[in-house]
Amino acid sequence: MSILINKDTKVITQGMTGKVGQFHTFHCKQYANGANCFVAGVNPKKAGEEFEGIPVYASVRDAKAATGATVSVIYVPPGGAAAAIDEAVEAELDLVICITEGIPVHDMLQTRYKMAGKKTLLIGPNCPGLITPDEIKIGIMPGHIHKKGRIGVVSRSGTLTYEAVAQLTELGMGQSSCVGIGGDPINGLKHLDVMRMFNDDPDTDAVVMVGEIGGSDEEECARWIKQHMKKPVVGFIAGLTAPEGKRMGHAGAIISGGQGGAAEKLAVMEECGIAITRNPAEMGRVMQQVLKG
Amino acid sequence: MKIHEYQAKELLRQYGVPTPRGVACFSVDEALTAAQQLGGSVWVVKAQIHAGGRGKGGGVKVAKSLDEVRAHAQAILGMQLVTHQTGPQGQTVRRLLVEEGAAIAREFYLGMVVDRSRQRVALIASSEGGMEIEEVAAHSPEKIKTEWIDPVAGLTDVQADATARAIGLPEAAQADVRAVLQGLYRAFVEKDAMLAEINPLILTADHRVVALDCKFNFDSNALYRHPELVALRDLDEEDPAEVEASKFDLSYIQLDGDIGCLVNGAGLAMATMDIIKLYGGSPANFLDVGGGATTEKVTEAFKLMLRNPKLQAILVNIFGGIMKCDVIAQGVVAAAREVQLTVPLVVRLEGTNVELGKQILAESGLPIISANNMADAAEKVVAAARG
Repeated sequence: MSILINKDTKVITQGMTGKVGQFHTFHCKQYANGANCFVAGVNPKKAGEEFEGIPVYASVRDAKAATGATVSVIYVPPGGAAAAIDEAVEAELDLVICITEGIPVHDMLQTRYKMAGKKTLLIGPNCPGLITPDEIKIGIMPGHIHKKGRIGVVSRSGTLTYEAVAQLTELGMGQSSCVGIGGDPINGLKHLDVMRMFNDDPDTDAVVMVGEIGGSDEEECARWIKQHMKKPVVGFIAGLTAPEGKRMGHAGAIISGGQGGAAEKLAVMEECGIAITRNPAEMGRVMQQVLKG
Repeated sequence: MKIHEYQAKELLRQYGVPTPRGVACFSVDEALTAAQQLGGSVWVVKAQIHAGGRGKGGGVKVAKSLDEVRAHAQAILGMQLVTHQTGPQGQTVRRLLVEEGAAIAREFYLGMVVDRSRQRVALIASSEGGMEIEEVAAHSPEKIKTEWIDPVAGLTDVQADATARAIGLPEAAQADVRAVLQGLYRAFVEKDAMLAEINPLILTADHRVVALDCKFNFDSNALYRHPELVALRDLDEEDPAEVEASKFDLSYIQLDGDIGCLVNGAGLAMATMDIIKLYGGSPANFLDVGGGATTEKVTEAFKLMLRNPKLQAILVNIFGGIMKCDVIAQGVVAAAREVQLTVPLVVRLEGTNVELGKQILAESGLPIISANNMADAAEKVVAAARG
C-alpha cells in the first residue's frame, strides 16, 4: 500500500509533447511499472499522434474516456497551466499533479475557487510530483535514490526532498510514498492533508516532514499531529538564516510582517511532539533514532 | 515587483480612488515648477524610494512657501534615506513627489493581501491609520476588520459598508468609501497584485476620503501580461547583483556573510545556508541555479558571487537528480577556469554518475575540495573560509 498512487494508477500527461514533458515522461515511463501507467498525453493540436508509444488525445476528457486514467500530471507552461488544472478538474479526475513553476497567483486563486466541492485533489503547483518507490513515479524526481519501504515523506521543496530521501535510503530506510506539495503560496494539498493520509496508511510507519519559511501550513499540521497522529514524525524547516521580506526562490518562501519564520515554525513543531532537527544533513539519522525508540 | 508611491497613486486614480494632486519630480527646479502649477499655500515634498518609513527618516516634509519647497527638495533629493526597511546603508533618493497639502480630520488603514490559508484575497482595515498594521495586530487586534473576498462576486457593497462601519468611517462617506474599496480591489485583481496598502486613507473635514499614501507589490510571475507595470520598474531601487542575476534566470539574494553558495533548488539552497551557519560559518548569499545548472549559468553565478569583496570561499551543492553528475562537474570545472577563481571552492555533488563527477573534479588540476555530503561540505567550506 501507499498513498494516492500505486503500480495500477493510470496517468494522463498534459503538456507531454513539450521539451520538459517529453524528457520527464520518458523517465517516468522507464521507472518501475511506468510503461503500463503512462497511458495518454493531451495536446489539442497533436491528437492522434504518439510519443514513446503513448497516444495523444485532444482533451483530458477524451484521454480519460479512451484509457480510464484517473490521474494527470501537468508540464504545461505557466501561462496555460491553471487552465490545464481546470480542464482536469472538469473531467473529474481523482488527482492532478502540477509540476509547472511560475503560475500567476491570481490564476491559482481562480482555479482553487473553481475546485471547491469538486472531487479532484491537486498536488502543486511548483512541485517535483510524487512517487511510490518500485511502483510508480509521477514527476521530475530521480527515481534511483528511492527505495521501497515504510517511511512517508512530505515536503514543499524539490531537491531538499531528494536530500531527505537519499539520507533515508542510505541508512536503509525505504519509503512508502514521497509527496512534493510545492513551493507556491496558493496550492492544493497541504502538509496536513498528506499527513492525514500517511496516518491512515497501514504501510507507513513514520513520516519525514520538510517545510520552509512562509505561511503557516507547517504550524497547522503540527497542531493536528499533536492531537491525532499515531506515528512518529521527524521535521526540518529550511530558512533559519533567511532574511525577512525577501522571497527565497520559491514564490511562497517569504517571511513577511514577522510571520512565517523558520525558528517559530520549529518551536511549534517541537512543542507538538515532532522530532525536529536544525541540521539538514541529519534528517535520516534523526529518523533512525526515533525508530529505535 | 514594487513601484513608487507616485506611480501607485496614478494607478489608484485610474480605478477611481481619490488621491491628492501631485507631480513626480527629478530635480529641484521641477519641484518648484510643480508647486507653482499645483497652486495653494501648503505642499508636501516626499522622497520616492521603495522602502517604507520615509517620514521618520526625514524623507517627507511639509512646505508652507515656495522657498520651503526649494529647501526641502534640495535637502531630500540625493540624500541617503535610512528607514527600518532600507538597512543601515539607506537608499539614495532620486525622485520626489510634490503634492498639494491635505486637511486631515482622521486617518485609517486599508490593506489587501493574498491570504494563503483561506486562498482568497483579504481586505484588511483599521481605524489606526498611519501605523504599521503588524503593530496594530500585535497591540490592538480588535481594531482590525478583515473581509475575505469571493472571486466571482467581488468586493460587495455589503462588505464595503461593514468595513467602513467597523473602523468608524461616517455614513456620509459611504458612497465614496465603496468607490475606494471596490476600486482598490479591481486594481488588485486586474494588475495581479500580491499586496496593496493605502496608509493612511484620510477623512477630510468635509467627509471626503483620500488616499494619502499608497504602495503596491505585484506578482512577478504575472508580469508577462503587464507590460504597463514592467515599464514602471525602477532598477535603481533594486540590488544590482539581484538585477544581474535575474538576467540569467538565477535567483540570487545578497546576505552579509563570507561563504558564497551555489545550489540547485530553493529549499536546498536555504538548507545549505542554514548548515553553513550551523557549522560556524556565515552565508554570503542565497543562490538557486534552478534545475538546469548548465555551464553558462554556473559561470554567471560564480561571477556574481565573486563581485562580493567579503567572499572567502564558495560551496557548490548540487543534487543532480536526473542530471548526470559528470555533466555538472564538467560545467563547474569550465566555469571555475573561465572566472579564474580566487577563493577556495568546495563541491558536493549527488546523483547519477557521482563517482565520475568526482573524478572530473579531481583531475581538473584546479584546487577543488570535494565533499561527500552536506555536513562534510559545510565543515570543509567553513574551514576553508577561515583560511
